[in-house]
Amino acid sequence: MKILVGIKRVVDYNVRIRVLPDGSGVDTDGVKMSVNPFDEIALEEALRIKEAGKADEVIVVSAGGDECQQQLRTGLAMGADRAIQVQTSEALQPLSVARVFQKVIEREDPGLVILGKQAIDDDNSQTAQMLAALWDRPQATFASSMEINGESATIIREVDAGLETIEIDLPAVVSVDLRMNEPRFVKLPDIMKAKRKPLEVLSLEDLGVAVTDQIAVSHFTPPPQREKGIIVEDTAQLVQELKNRGLL
Amino acid sequence: MSKILIIAEHDGTSLNISTAKCVSCAQAIGGEIDIAVLGNGVDAVAAETAALDSVNKVIAVNAEHLAAPLAVNWASEVLALSADYSHLLGPSTTFGRDLMPRIAALCGVNQVSDIMEVDGAYAFKRPVYAGNAIVRVEPASDSKVVATVRTASWKAAGSGGNASVDPVNASRSPAAHTRYVGLSSEGGERPDLQSAVKVVSGGRALASEENFELIYQLADKIGAGVGASRAAVDAGYCPNDMQVGQTGKIISPDLYMAFGISGAIQHVTGIKDAGTIVAVNKDSEAPIFEVADIGLVADLFNVIPELEGLLG
Repeated sequence: MKILVGIKRVVDYNVRIRVLPDGSGVDTDGVKMSVNPFDEIALEEALRIKEAGKADEVIVVSAGGDECQQQLRTGLAMGADRAIQVQTSEALQPLSVARVFQKVIEREDPGLVILGKQAIDDDNSQTAQMLAALWDRPQATFASSMEINGESATIIREVDAGLETIEIDLPAVVSVDLRMNEPRFVKLPDIMKAKRKPLEVLSLEDLGVAVTDQIAVSHFTPPPQREKGIIVEDTAQLVQELKNRGLL
Repeated sequence: MSKILIIAEHDGTSLNISTAKCVSCAQAIGGEIDIAVLGNGVDAVAAETAALDSVNKVIAVNAEHLAAPLAVNWASEVLALSADYSHLLGPSTTFGRDLMPRIAALCGVNQVSDIMEVDGAYAFKRPVYAGNAIVRVEPASDSKVVATVRTASWKAAGSGGNASVDPVNASRSPAAHTRYVGLSSEGGERPDLQSAVKVVSGGRALASEENFELIYQLADKIGAGVGASRAAVDAGYCPNDMQVGQTGKIISPDLYMAFGISGAIQHVTGIKDAGTIVAVNKDSEAPIFEVADIGLVADLFNVIPELEGLLG
């Protein structure tokens, strides 16, 4: 079985986001870029499934400009077997990304597609669900554990009310939540090895995907600021202050 | 005029408050508001839904295979109802976030996620970068709008209405490839982090798993949920699922108390929407004090026992 894993290049989770003064976006100039943290968890899970002998190959896929090859190389260094970059200069929205993945699926015929539950830049949380719809296959979103049993999988999902268990037939799309695992650290020799692993570059035309129906995004603004708080001297004052505000 | 269909969230016996919040968002969009209640044996929920303010009608779809909210089955049923509507709305809870994008893809549109403000029937504001920026999004006005509503941004609509309930037969057959097994609630007595009114949270300064007990004790004393910074989770003081922040849980309790948390950007992002933020930290320079409503520069190992004493 092959496993496809989606990789998105995003502003690192530790960077303080600065909105550009003209409202056209956020400052990414000289800013550290990383693999979307949820995608790292997705890849870690795929690698563990392969290491358990339940998959033969893990392929990382990203849609973006050449700069996203850096994140694909990180994926290869973590242990993915090969990478596919779908080249585009446009910031694709989830439906287009889902269409790209659908075409890659037609070429690769994977048994499982594992994606992050959302990207930490646009926070859309749509791609996995959309891909499952286009592919007409099961979706298991916000997964915190999965067990492959031959032709099916048992998934535990993190939902607001607790933990939901579902059973899905493969092939299927799974989107992973934070609790699924803790991704491995990349070691230097693996980074060297990753440089020799295959990275295929495809265009949207190669895949026959037209980018349509994009939602116009504009007017980036910083969020409203919190008002300046007070400093209390001791615990008694803290308790008094909380009681005054009706919080205790 | 807009025709809006809201997909109700419920547990089979009562309506989730997220649905009433979607109604408020729909009121801001303006137009005729219908609500679809899918499930098995949903008559009571449908009646509760019909009492929400400004609802035109409730469509009740009962079928055995709709008992659990499996997105695959619900999405095809909603699609069957969707033809006459300009807007399809669901809450931005795990329920809506699972279901609505599947519907959007079947309709051939991108989804508008997390509406926090309505600027017009086809113009909305939503947060990106975990709330660190707000953007305006405008879907094409000749396409169907499929959207989720950020529940923390909307008040629940009242329930002085009296809409009619139209029972409709399910028109699609169940997908055999996805099977619901069950739901278990976690955390025992302690309130769930995501929905807790109060949250007590610990950071790296706790210094050990044993010391983290202090946080649990204080939380239990005031009936709070328990959170942690990424540093505390990485150091192994507490489990992963307690992590609050951009890569953990984004929460908005009325009271958030941070003990020994420095206030890294990624943590602060997760608590920005809290009502009152309390920070207790030895380091007066800690960035957490920049966002705290009430700060106390002191050692948490003194403050927590004192707090417990003062709270009786």
